[in-house]
Amino acid sequence: MLQTITLVVAQIIVLLGISPFLVGLIRKVKARLQCRRGAGIFQPYADLAKLFRKQPVVSSTTSWIFTATPYILFASTLSAGLLVPTFASLTPLSFTGGVIALVYLLALGTFFLILAGLDAGSAFGGMGSSREALVASLTEPAMILSIFAVAMTAGSTNLSTIVHKTALLESVVTDPAPHLMALAALCIVAIAETGRVPVDNPATHLELTMIHEAMVLEYSGRYLALIEWAAAMKLVVFLSLIANLFAPWGIATTLTPAAIGIGLVAYLLKIAGLAVLIGILESMIAKLRLFRVTELLGAAFILALLGVVFFYILRG
Amino acid sequence: MLNLFFLLFAGYVAGLFLPLCFPAKPKIQNVLAHGSAGLGSGAGILLGVMGLFAQEPWTASVQSTIPFLSFAVRLDPLASFFVLTISLAGLAASVYAIGYVTEFYGRVSIAALGALFNGFLLSMTLVVIADNGFFFLIAWELMSLLSYFLVVTEHKKAEVRYAGLFYLIMTHVGTAFVILAFLIFFQAGGSFSFEAFRHPEQPLSEGMRTLAFLIALIGFGTKAGIVPLHVWLPYAHPAAPSHISALMSGVMIKTAIYALIRVYFDFLGGQFPWWWGFIVLVVGAVSALLGVMYALMEHDLKRLLAFHSVENIGIILLGIGAGMIFQSYGLKELAALGLLAGLYHTINHAVFKALLFFGAGSLLYATHTRDMEEYGGLLRRMPWTGAFFLIGAISISALPPTNGFVSEWLVFQSLFLSFQLPTVFLKLMLPIAAAMLALTGVLALVCFAKVFGISFLALARSSHARHAEEVPIPMRIGMGILAVLCVGLGLAPMIVVPLLDRITGPLTGVSISDKVLAFDGWALAPANVEFASVSPPMLAALLIAGGLLGLFLAFLFGGHLVKRYYKTWGCGINSSPRLEYTATGFVQPIKRVFSTIYQPTIKLETEFLEESRYFTKHRRFEIHIEPIFEKYLYHPVINVFVRIADRVRIRQAGSLHLNLAYILVALVVLLLFAL
Repeated sequence: MLQTITLVVAQIIVLLGISPFLVGLIRKVKARLQCRRGAGIFQPYADLAKLFRKQPVVSSTTSWIFTATPYILFASTLSAGLLVPTFASLTPLSFTGGVIALVYLLALGTFFLILAGLDAGSAFGGMGSSREALVASLTEPAMILSIFAVAMTAGSTNLSTIVHKTALLESVVTDPAPHLMALAALCIVAIAETGRVPVDNPATHLELTMIHEAMVLEYSGRYLALIEWAAAMKLVVFLSLIANLFAPWGIATTLTPAAIGIGLVAYLLKIAGLAVLIGILESMIAKLRLFRVTELLGAAFILALLGVVFFYILRG
Repeated sequence: MLNLFFLLFAGYVAGLFLPLCFPAKPKIQNVLAHGSAGLGSGAGILLGVMGLFAQEPWTASVQSTIPFLSFAVRLDPLASFFVLTISLAGLAASVYAIGYVTEFYGRVSIAALGALFNGFLLSMTLVVIADNGFFFLIAWELMSLLSYFLVVTEHKKAEVRYAGLFYLIMTHVGTAFVILAFLIFFQAGGSFSFEAFRHPEQPLSEGMRTLAFLIALIGFGTKAGIVPLHVWLPYAHPAAPSHISALMSGVMIKTAIYALIRVYFDFLGGQFPWWWGFIVLVVGAVSALLGVMYALMEHDLKRLLAFHSVENIGIILLGIGAGMIFQSYGLKELAALGLLAGLYHTINHAVFKALLFFGAGSLLYATHTRDMEEYGGLLRRMPWTGAFFLIGAISISALPPTNGFVSEWLVFQSLFLSFQLPTVFLKLMLPIAAAMLALTGVLALVCFAKVFGISFLALARSSHARHAEEVPIPMRIGMGILAVLCVGLGLAPMIVVPLLDRITGPLTGVSISDKVLAFDGWALAPANVEFASVSPPMLAALLIAGGLLGLFLAFLFGGHLVKRYYKTWGCGINSSPRLEYTATGFVQPIKRVFSTIYQPTIKLETEFLEESRYFTKHRRFEIHIEPIFEKYLYHPVINVFVRIADRVRIRQAGSLHLNLAYILVALVVLLLFAL
């Protein structure tokens, strides 16, 4: 029992602690590639602290939905994060839910964020909500299907079990094709869900291009801090998923201090590496027009579907 | 049991006649009608619960003088479950109606409305407990006719009459198929009793069984609203008063689900080839996806909810279809799981759809319009209705930790467990159905984000919405009961699953309650914990703890800060409802992406100022969605009938002499036959 609680607390600390770091890292990589020095890697922590100390200004047209949303979003993203293995393969709360619970927890946050975007009554918020609705409706089926393609090899839709079995080589990937397709699909989904280029641009405030930023335009102070933190955590959730589902190397499969230490280092290296990749990718490509995004997300869905089809055809 | 049944019967019959004894006193009629309905449905809830726990099915029958007809009732677990579902929605509707029908005082006879309401509830209850085919058909027809009369309550409006006629025709086409299906069983069994249907004297041939399967699917599917037989729902459900729409959409269409399970798993003994299940699965997947897609484009709140009924019937059929496929391969535990998932979603949909229709009724009551574009900002004016509607919206979007999430999760799992099937084709098809379900789920989320966001949030879009007031207390209680059930049914699967297991146990021959409930009932695990598990109470606890952690962190880092209110930033323009996103605008990207399905037609008329073509005087924008099924499936059929009618009309010119001549000829011909 004590061990379980310690592990849960440790995972919460990891999720909350490293998420601003990843955002800072991506920004730094982008700055260096643009031949700028850029802000320090730990700048997002300072930003969060500043936002928490600011007096929040709330639109007078809003209802309680607007002020409740940051907390609901924070709670749902954190809960989703607790279902995903990070440094140890056996997540103590994994019995709470698997792939589907993960997707629907994230959807709960999206639902309230869409509502909050509409609540202030400005055209910006509505525009962001409408676009977010489109992106969400195309990514979620692809996400469920891509994880399912991986799940079948391990014989489980529980994320912790999949990672654990793969790490212990209990379920050996004989044909890499379905896995590679699922990986590609999940990468596209991750980019879309976390609002990254080419789907959305987190660094923009131009109404033609923004999605997430338009929805949260009216937020300030502690509410904005919670939303930014939740968005950063969502990034961690997706990077952990990709890292641990497809490359569970080094993850702690037992709960000895040495294994956990190695697991923690390996985990940090892996997701930092993925964050650097995102930074490079964002510097290399331009944002897509909104109605071109649907083609990209459609491709993710088809890839995930092909992953499932290939799995059965190869197995016979 | 018999006493409870009499209480139920007495309650509804009292509600049928008592209000008629107080003419021109609508208040007394209202209380009497809905009070007795509350009594009847209260007895129904107890009856349903007792029936579920009974060791042996309770039966009773009264013989009639009409051949083949006996008023036999049988309360097995399946029937009890549906009695419970009907009565739960009935009780909430009775309470809600006390407030809601005040809207109709002086316009419509409250005695007639109340009497029909009671009769409707009674007929639905009789449909699910009837143990005789003839009796079933009488109750079925009664249910259809009474609901027709309820649909045309506001018959002075032309659109209501059209909706009523459409419904009447569709429901009778369906009934014709139901009668055909029952005649097949009657032919083999020699009697209309369900016992004879189950164990006929000479077993049905394979061809006849297949015919019975297909005919039952069409007949009951019309009532359930499967695509493409769903076209009557978006007409009939909005036309009826809202508490009736709630019952029609939440419960009446479920009697068809009951009948399908009764026919496939009981009469046909659960013995069928895999492709029956596959057909049901395909029908379910298509209904779910098309239902939600058409719902997305609706701005009439009640029509939108009617399309969501098509979607949810589809989700229920996905569960049942998966169960049938597993059953055909002898995978009994998985068959029970699919069936259980479908039944779980049945009661969940009854609860949240009735809640949402009550919410729509409350909005109609407060604003006198069903057009979403005229709502806005209602959460501040109607906090209770708004909160209850939000719970319903979260449930129907299948978001944790509400009931919709739990049942959709179970449907997902029964589809994912397809890898245990022996053929590659089905192994592939079930995950594809799961992908369609995922798309359906997220589109439902978008749809209800639209409904709630446009109706309840931001600024009021019309003077109707600006002057809306919170609805009377009985209406709030009616919604409150269902909102509590939405959360309760989601958090307590450890209570619901064993009850449902009592239904699926006898139908599939295997009990799965112990297997599905893991960790002392705190989690659900359909196959084993290793494959998948979900714990709704734990999810709720996590969400609450996460929210508290957020509050704590905000306080820890920022201390106590009083928030300041200021107007929304609009690039220097003062905010006005005209700047807000509309429902049409909100779904425009989705309409564009799925334009192959919607085939929208856009009409833009611009009238310029005479002085200069750079300024417009008047502009008119229209956008329409192609009603594909009506245009390509129904209108050709209707046209054929209209053409036949045109031909016949020549011989029916209204001349008295001609008609007398027809009678004479008919008489002579009949006499010739008699010779």
